[in-house]
Amino acid sequence: MPLADEAVMHAASVRLGRSRRDPRSDEMIAPPPPVSRKRLVLLPPPRWHKAAEVVIKLMALAAILAVVLIFVFVAREALPLLTSGEVHKEVTLTKMWTAQQWPGYDQPDHVWQPVSEIPKYGLWPLIAGTVKVTLVAMFFGVPLGVGAALFVSQYAPTRMREIVKPTVELLAGIPSVVLGFFGLMVMATWMQDVFGLESRLNALVAGLALSFAIIPVIFTISEEAFGAVPRSYVEASVALGAARWQTILRVVLPAAGPGIAAGVALGLGRAVGETMIVLMASGNAAILSAAFSDSVRTLSATIAAELAEVVFGGAHYTVLFYLGTLLFITTFIVNFAGDWIINRMKRRLGVPL
Amino acid sequence: MTANAAPAQGAPPSRFARAGRNKVGDIALTVASGAAILMVLLILAVILGDVVLHGAPRLSLKFFFTAPQQGMTEGGIFPALIGTLAMVLLMTVAVVPVGVATAIYLREYAPPASLLTRGVRIAVANLAGVPSIVFGLFGLGFFVQFVGGGLDRVFHAGARVWGQPALLWASLTMAVLTLPVVIVATEEALRAVPRELREASLALGATKFQTVLYVVLPQAVPGILTGTILAVSRGAGEVAPILFTGVAYFLPNLPRSLHDQFMHLGNHIYVLSTQSPDVDATRPLLYGTVLALLLLTFVLNLSAVVVRAKMRRRFAGGAQ
Repeated sequence: MPLADEAVMHAASVRLGRSRRDPRSDEMIAPPPPVSRKRLVLLPPPRWHKAAEVVIKLMALAAILAVVLIFVFVAREALPLLTSGEVHKEVTLTKMWTAQQWPGYDQPDHVWQPVSEIPKYGLWPLIAGTVKVTLVAMFFGVPLGVGAALFVSQYAPTRMREIVKPTVELLAGIPSVVLGFFGLMVMATWMQDVFGLESRLNALVAGLALSFAIIPVIFTISEEAFGAVPRSYVEASVALGAARWQTILRVVLPAAGPGIAAGVALGLGRAVGETMIVLMASGNAAILSAAFSDSVRTLSATIAAELAEVVFGGAHYTVLFYLGTLLFITTFIVNFAGDWIINRMKRRLGVPL
Repeated sequence: MTANAAPAQGAPPSRFARAGRNKVGDIALTVASGAAILMVLLILAVILGDVVLHGAPRLSLKFFFTAPQQGMTEGGIFPALIGTLAMVLLMTVAVVPVGVATAIYLREYAPPASLLTRGVRIAVANLAGVPSIVFGLFGLGFFVQFVGGGLDRVFHAGARVWGQPALLWASLTMAVLTLPVVIVATEEALRAVPRELREASLALGATKFQTVLYVVLPQAVPGILTGTILAVSRGAGEVAPILFTGVAYFLPNLPRSLHDQFMHLGNHIYVLSTQSPDVDATRPLLYGTVLALLLLTFVLNLSAVVVRAKMRRRFAGGAQ
């Protein structure tokens, strides 16, 4: 190979600093400037590189450490609920989870009134509130999120998709405090004008505002799931003579099913834990009822509203950390399920992780 | 698979043959899913429209550069703006090195199937799903009481200096919350760097770390930038994690040290809209603040989208 010879000769002349004859034009080429020998020698890597590698590995543990610390330090503050006699004078787990006969009430009841002469820590009104708001949010969020994803991935032309997708994701960029503000100041008034509900702030208003927060979550993951369906599935269906809508409903939708389920699970986790929206737009009255037009108080909003005014280490403080532990465990399970489904889907469809 | 296949087997083949029904079905599905996307876009338009319509007349240089006056009915948002920036800056300093290091470890060093790698991945996914109010509880229990209280016991003989809600603790709490954002974005960027670049570097005799430091990381800078921007946007808008770890409703002075409290745009919106004695008097200031926060997060998000698009174009046709 003449080219290789030339390269070798060139390298040699570089090293020796001599001029040489160009084989093509027969002219003398001036010698290249002498190169410092030091730069040609491969230096051993500095010692701090090894140390940096160790640091990187240690830092990678931060995420695991964070999850463990979050659980440990939230649960630690809730622990006196089980162990402290001082706290037991005011509240026990049994008192929180079962109906109690309170003075002034006709029958045993679940009541959340932590700041009264006799503090009452009945959990069920808060759980009912959380469930109601979440149900409303899912009722609006799931069809809108999945439907929008279906349109964008199946029907929209490419140009349109490129505009619509980032626009919907813009909704995800709206801070939850702004959605809460919108629910409280704008939507609540509109809905009271239209439906004439008794309480201005209620589970419907909060749930609807909450659905705006989970729509982008469900949309993004569902859209990804639709996109991950192998083309061969669609082609096979069309080759069998199925119409577009038949292909979508009977082939694409079932194949994307686990991904959509994962998106719904992550949306659910977000809805259960979301704080600012419900804190601002739900009315925060701990009423145990099935009516969606009633004002509600959720677990997360209770923590946010009450923690600032409690005595450190007191019974109320302990109970609020207990609520936090419950929220952490609930969302942990929901998210874990969602993640497990996503991974299973990716493996089944052969998508690289 | 068998469960999915069952109804298809039962369907008579004649259904596929009716052209008229196919058209109706397609129209119905298009209209239904089209209505969903229109509804979502409408929601976005109504929210933005309302905020811009009511908030825009309020925005002025004076609004950004004066403190609230007359019981929050006059003046501007200067201290909240400065507080937000200070918190976000500290958060970035804390979260970016850790997030980038984690992503490097996951992508470049860790064996993909090892227990540790899977553990880190599970932790990152779950960290992203922990409710923001739980981060607030964690910040109070860990940073404020455990770390801060501990520092006071050792260095200040029990006097309360660090063991109370402060700018530093709020920033660190927010850093933990935004950690998954930085990790995911950096990992995506590292994944996009072509394998050939790494191989070329290794073939030249560079060590693994030299390859990562001088070849892979420079290519991943846009991705790291995207993650940082998204984290900043998230940190500027979240309120629940800082409620008990450092934010204050109103302060006469700007924060001067790491253990001072601070004002925050998101918290400002929360307090103005829930605890105002005269809603109509604070409404203009409130709308102005909402628009300012929305502008801040949208500009950040948009720039993240632009940086990411540039990065994708650069690596178009690259690995994977």
